[in-house]
Formats: sequence, structure tokens, C-alpha cells
Amino acid sequence: MDTARVHKLNTIVAHLPPSGIRAFFDLVLGMEDVISLGVGEPDFVTPWHVREQAIFALEKGYTSYTSNKGLRELRAQIAAFVAGQYGVAYDVEHEILVTVGVSEAMDLAMRAILNPGDEVITHDPCYVSYAPTVTLAGGVPVLIDTWTAPGFKLTPALLRAAITPRTRAVLLNYPANPTGASYTRAELDALAAVIIEHDLLLLSDEIYDALSYEAAHVSMPSLPGMRDRTIYLNGFSKGHAMTGFRLGYACGPAALIAAMTKIHQYTMLCAPIVSQLAGIEALQHGMPDVFEMVVEYNQRRRFVVHALNQIGLDCHLPQGAFYVLPSTRRTGMDGLTFATKLLQEQRVAVVPGTAFGAAGTQHVRMAYAASLAHLNEAMARIARFIRDHT
Amino acid sequence: MDEILKLLVDDARTTPAQLAILTGRPEADVRAAIAGYEHDGTIVKYRAVLNPEKTGEANGVVRAWIEVSITPQRGQGFDAIAARIYQFKEVQSCYLLSGGYDLLLLVECGSLREVGAFVAEKLAAQENVTRTATHFLLKVYKEHGDVLQPAETMPRLPISM
Ligand SMILES: Cc1ncc(COP(=O)(O)O)c(C=O)c1O
Repeated sequence: MDTARVHKLNTIVAHLPPSGIRAFFDLVLGMEDVISLGVGEPDFVTPWHVREQAIFALEKGYTSYTSNKGLRELRAQIAAFVAGQYGVAYDVEHEILVTVGVSEAMDLAMRAILNPGDEVITHDPCYVSYAPTVTLAGGVPVLIDTWTAPGFKLTPALLRAAITPRTRAVLLNYPANPTGASYTRAELDALAAVIIEHDLLLLSDEIYDALSYEAAHVSMPSLPGMRDRTIYLNGFSKGHAMTGFRLGYACGPAALIAAMTKIHQYTMLCAPIVSQLAGIEALQHGMPDVFEMVVEYNQRRRFVVHALNQIGLDCHLPQGAFYVLPSTRRTGMDGLTFATKLLQEQRVAVVPGTAFGAAGTQHVRMAYAASLAHLNEAMARIARFIRDHT
Repeated sequence: MDEILKLLVDDARTTPAQLAILTGRPEADVRAAIAGYEHDGTIVKYRAVLNPEKTGEANGVVRAWIEVSITPQRGQGFDAIAARIYQFKEVQSCYLLSGGYDLLLLVECGSLREVGAFVAEKLAAQENVTRTATHFLLKVYKEHGDVLQPAETMPRLPISM
């Protein structure tokens, strides 16, 4: 039977490039005794009081849908958090949408705002989903190469140069995956000025906001003139160590949130109620846990950066999140070769930089969301690896 | 609590050089801080935590919590009688509590018989002790913040973006 017609795909999906490092992933999965620095999620288990709240919710029979926007109590907690932390007021009824992770919120935002051919500017390196999410929504990702910029940071000049008449929005992530880059108030002001001058929308992915080590996180919508042109994205995955709960949210101008809610209502209905109830507990009583985890991440960050620079891998000091992105140039190997050999010879998994942008051939990402004991062993193995190859 | 203290509580063998890296403070400052804590008694001592199953001590040790009611002494309250009691080597810990009794002791002996002898001959025989109630330990689930047999947690995927 000829199934060609039945199996025919949507053109965009058919042309979406598969991840270039699939083969590398398969190699990792087939191996034992690997110390992995390849994990993009916290190594902490969700704090017990949050898990216990989820269990209690199940016991009480909370197994239904919620309102499309999410439980009002959760939206109220989110509003209180954003107002308390960043001084930005969002209306609980019209300006907050609870989603299945920042992932869904990002997808909804793109689908809500993009017409075919509209351009979305983002930085490269960036989180792996950014370009595909734009493409799937019919947009065109415009990637600004920041691989060689100081601290991998986007600058006003770089941003300005990427703007065209088709530019619809800027997608900014800070603290960033995979670079750990973040921005000072002055740097954000300068970026905001360009965004305002060109009358663009900003999608601000601040999912790592709590994991800021050098200075307090400054939120984009808190800057003058930015609140009404920003869709603010945040969630529970990273700071609260709740990746598996799949819970995030978007805050923004009512018209945009309404459009996103329309899509969400038809495609998702709502975020899981148990996760939402756990999210309320996390926002109400979970901040001390977050601070404790931040202290530990910060110790690991200092340890890893110190160790890598001693080993001889150039590594800048990341300002947030839980990643470092050292250059492999001094080893004479490109990132993919380095990662493959390191895995085969020393059983340490890191992610080749090309996962986060085509220009990342000379870098690897290492996540320090692992215990100090693990990191210590990993650094010892990497040191051995470098010695063997020089 | 100072980050240095927390790190030392977790692993007292962490060196000043390592502490300096982990906290981002100069090594000289770290050394000075530790010396200060040792001097002013914040750090009482450094000790190894042993697994009694491995040292074999678990087999020969009986642990009991003993509630003790006492008549306080005029002018000295509970302190004098507490001091008489906590100096017995069988007493590992001694607390003054509010509520239905006064002192709570953690006692360790080599056998049930020894605990019994301690209570009868040493403790209940004290002039001011009016009542004791002894609870023998059956099983330890969690101690000093550590769960002794941690539940297995779900492994994360080795690679995620
Ligand atoms: C920058 C960034 N945004 C979004 C996400 C997805 O988060 P969520 O779990 O909320 O969907 C991640 C996860 O790695 C991320 O690194």
C-alpha cells in the first residue's frame, strides 16, 4: 500500500531541522557510569512541603479542570510575587495566564502575535526551543550572534543592526541558558530604549530570575515604558525545582493575554490542577527553599569556574542560571569532538555548543546542577582528559 | 548562619582554600573567621560521624529516652540536679523541657539490664527525682537531619536542554 499521501506532513514541520546532536545524545544514553553535566534541570528534588501539598490535593480529590486562566488563588499569588519582587502590578483577572511551563507560554505568545513572515529577534546562543517555536508559529527567527560578545551578551548596537521592517518582537532570556549571561539595570535600559524606539514587543523569558548571583535580578517590565510592550514569562521549573510539574505563567497587556488564553483554551484547557495547587504552596511558603538552593548553586558555580580555569579551559563567570559555557579552543578540539572524546574516554557528559546555535562550534555547555561531590569528580576527570590531550 | 559554618557542619574537613573558592572570600578572611569561631566557642569541636552498623557498636548498644520528673532545689532550680544527672557517662544528652515532666535524657548502655540498673540505682535513687518513664529505641528513621535509608529518587535524564 502506498502511504505517501496519508503520511504527508505539514511543510513547516517537515522542514524543521532535527537537533544536530541527536547522535551524541544516543551515545550518552547507551553508556553506564557517566557523570552527567548535561542536565538542564535542578538536581534538587522539589521541596517536601510542596510535594506533600500535591499529594494532599490528590487525596482530597482535586482531579478536575480549572478555569482556563488558572486557579484564581494561584494568579493572585503570581501577581503578589511579581509586584513584591519587581514592583510590577498585573491585574489578576486580565493580565495573567497560568500555563504548562514557560514552554507553552512561549508557544502561545508566538502563535498569538505572529503573521507569516514576521521576524522575531533573539540571541544566539539561546535555549534550544526558541527558533523552532518561532518557525512553527509561521515566523522567522533572526539570530544575533553573541558567541564572541563579552559575556555572550546582547548589546544595543547588535540589536539595532538586526531590526528590519518585518521585525515584530524581540525574545530575550536572562539569566540565560546556556550562557549564564544576565544584565545590569543600565544594560537593560539601553536595550529597552532600542525596543521602544522601534516600537517592538518584547518577550522576556526570566525563568532563571531567582538564580542570579552577582546582583539582584532586574525585570524588564519594571523599566519605564516597558510594561505595556512586554510579555513576561516565568515559571516554577528552575527556582522552585519543579520541572516535572510543568507549570509556568505569562503576564502582559490584557489584549495579548486574552489572545494567548484563546489558544490555550482550545489547545490545553488548563494547566494540571495538582501542579497549580503545588504552585500556590511554592509561592506562599517556598521562597526560603529557593534561597537555600541559590546559595548551593552559587558555591558550585564558583567551584566549577575556578576548576575549569585551572584546568586550562577558558571559562567566563556566569551571572545566573546553572550553566557554564567554556571554550574548547585551547585544546585544539572543536566542541563536538571534545564532548564525544570526553564521554568516551572519561565518561563525563557535556553538551556541544552547536546545540544552542550553529556558531557554537568551539564551546561546550556544562550544567552545575549537580552535587559538589559529583562536580569534584567530573572536574578531576576533565583535568585528566586535558592532560592526555596536550 | 555564616556560609562558612554551614559548609563546615556539612564537611568539617573542607580546607580554608576550598572554602575560599566556594564562598568567593579571600582565604585569609576565611582562616581569620574560623579562628574567631574557634576562639569564641561558636565551633565547639570537629568530629567524625560514624555509622554504628559498620563500627559494630549498634549491636552492643541499647538506647533509651527517659523522662524524669524532679522537685527543683531551692535557690538552684533544676540546674544542680541536672548536673548531678548528666555527669553519668550513660547520659548522652540531657534537656530541660516544659510540659508533663522536667528532664529528658538520652541514655546509652550495653544492654537492657544495664539501662534498668542505671534507672533503679542511679536515677530514681536521686533524692529529688519523683518519677521516671523509660522508652527504648526500636528503630531510627531520621537523625540530625539525615534520613538513614533515603528513598530512591527518580534519576534525571542524563541530557536535557
Ligand atoms: C531559557 C528557558 N526557557 C524555558 C524553559 C522551559 O521551561 P518550562 O519547564 O517552564 O517549560 C527552559 C528549560 O530548560 C529554559 O532553559
